[in-house]
Amino acid sequence: MTAPLVRVRDLHVRFVSKDATVQAVNGVDFDLMPRETLCILGESGSGKSVTLRALMRLNPPRRTVMTGTVMVGGHDMVAVPEALLPNIRGSVVSMIFQEPMTALDPVFTVGTQIRETIRRHEGVSGAEAGRRALELLELVQIPSAKRRLGAYPHELSGGLRQRAMIAIALSCRPKVLLADEPTTALDATVQIQILLLLRRLQAEMGLGVVFVTHDLGVAGEVADRVAVMYAGRFIEEGPVGALMREPLHPYAQGLLGATVHAGVRGRRLVTIPGAPPDIRDLPPGCAFAPRCRVVEPVCLATVPEARVPVPGRAARCVRVMDQVQGQVQEVAA
Amino acid sequence: MSLPSGTASGTAPADLVQAPDVGGAAQPLLTVRGLTKHFPLRPGLLGRGTGTVQAVDGVSFDIRKGETLGLVGESGCGKSTASRMLMALLEPTAGELVFDGQAIGHGGLSLKEYRRQVQMVFQDSYASLNPRLTVGDSIAFAPQVHGLPRRRAVVRAEELLDAVGLDPAQFAARYPHELSGGQRQRINIARALALHPRLLILDEPVSALDKSVEAQVLNLLLDLKAQFGLTHLFISHDLNVVQYVSDRVLVMYLGRIAEVGPVEAIYAQAAHPYTVALLDSRPSMDPARRRTEPPLSGDPPNPVNPPSGCRFRTRCAHVEPVCGEAAPPLTAAGPGHFAACMMVQAGSGHSLARAA
Repeated sequence: MTAPLVRVRDLHVRFVSKDATVQAVNGVDFDLMPRETLCILGESGSGKSVTLRALMRLNPPRRTVMTGTVMVGGHDMVAVPEALLPNIRGSVVSMIFQEPMTALDPVFTVGTQIRETIRRHEGVSGAEAGRRALELLELVQIPSAKRRLGAYPHELSGGLRQRAMIAIALSCRPKVLLADEPTTALDATVQIQILLLLRRLQAEMGLGVVFVTHDLGVAGEVADRVAVMYAGRFIEEGPVGALMREPLHPYAQGLLGATVHAGVRGRRLVTIPGAPPDIRDLPPGCAFAPRCRVVEPVCLATVPEARVPVPGRAARCVRVMDQVQGQVQEVAA
Repeated sequence: MSLPSGTASGTAPADLVQAPDVGGAAQPLLTVRGLTKHFPLRPGLLGRGTGTVQAVDGVSFDIRKGETLGLVGESGCGKSTASRMLMALLEPTAGELVFDGQAIGHGGLSLKEYRRQVQMVFQDSYASLNPRLTVGDSIAFAPQVHGLPRRRAVVRAEELLDAVGLDPAQFAARYPHELSGGQRQRINIARALALHPRLLILDEPVSALDKSVEAQVLNLLLDLKAQFGLTHLFISHDLNVVQYVSDRVLVMYLGRIAEVGPVEAIYAQAAHPYTVALLDSRPSMDPARRRTEPPLSGDPPNPVNPPSGCRFRTRCAHVEPVCGEAAPPLTAAGPGHFAACMMVQAGSGHSLARAA
């Protein structure tokens, strides 16, 4: 069996300030295999972006306390000295962001920014870097690539800017690509182009991808596996098809029920009452318990362990085992 | 916060109630004719870069009484500019608005009276509230402008907080920054309802909200529409949400109407190739039915120099020379269903059009 590209165990990320300690990530475990796409699905404040940034150690160093194991392409991202990080970022793991206009440098042309990245990491000549930059723009399907090398970010449309950012992220042939809502700011007809491009590049280059999104449709389009995050924990994880068809955790069920899709016209939308908890002051038990329809006293005492009803699926809910056993009994009877 | 300057006689209404139906059920609540907004570009250095942004170009449609009209399109299609002209926040370059049979301004309905009947909810729930007013005061502000005594306006604000599902005792004295995004959007909806409007313009009201909160706010909007007898213009880029809330749908592309019709017809038998592509671009929640080819390539073109003729022709799979010659008019494609496409217009000269 091949070793996982990314191995995360018991990851905790806290942001410490004078006023409060924000517990953004509270015990996350997962593996990412080569050529696999994991989608982390969650609402704002669920800790999905912080988890993603932890994989590159991009959270602000002074205020962040990170514990647990984070191995990315064989590098220990918790312990590696700060001075070595620039060698890992870009060539082992790289990231694309939601807003390409703020992630790109407005005073340099796209070509300059790609060439700079290649020369910093691979120490090749300027001419060689220029040749690679052109190849990369063609790889991400930017029309008239040669002319676009000389364009500044503001001269490109939103879709082309996002393609240019993908080109930079892939310029040093990383093994792992992290994507933080890369299509949220794009129009519908452009979003699907970028999603299909990412899927094709992932297959061609054999990348492992961790994709953060709040959009179930995007997850359905790109993911192999989906992890649903709530209050800094993976409350459910599983293969995309099974999880979308039949979510196990009450929060995942609520999230799918609350999502407006083609079949719900004329029916009242299912809602999850209330709002997510304050992550400065989390309850001792299941963080979803205050909003849960099927809450039991045991939910309030301790955080439920991840339970595995079938191989490959897991959910942090005390009811999960029971449900599946119940189904098994029904089938047997 | 600026007070709307009253152009009416200034006589305060005894109590704010919804204005009566003037034209009857068959009269559209709002008729828009030839609405146009061109923004001139200032000449840049060396006199270059002059031109106009044709944000909205000759748009005509009706909003019928009691319906929800969904308005969809991508960035730059003019949907927000159009909504701001409907709200009389922007002066149109050309075109006219008729509200329940009455012209607006110039001897017809005064701007103050029009704005009392047409209210708006914006996408950014925080930017659209005054941070220095408690939310109770924000809701009570407009009724006072329209002549309601403060005490009655406060009572009205409390009723509205209750109507949008927030306990007045707990929330009226709070400031916007003390509320979550979903709660703030409820405040914006309450404020929009404070003057008993007849038409609510909702500009991406749920786009900034999380999915679980989005569902709560959509349910609330549907409840309030029935409770207060409202008509909605619902602007969104989310085609699933538009399908859920709308009776009719209007699709805009680069400042013009591409297609308009009943929601069932638009979603099942779209006639305009742009609508078809837009619908096909929706990500599928079922991984077994993933797309392999994007329906359209490229981004929407710049509205500064839009293509001649049909504005969609630069991205259209069915483009023919005739498409560049003249802008296709809105042509009937079914009952109440119109599309601006040469393929729909009989005898247009397009090889896929029916003969005249």
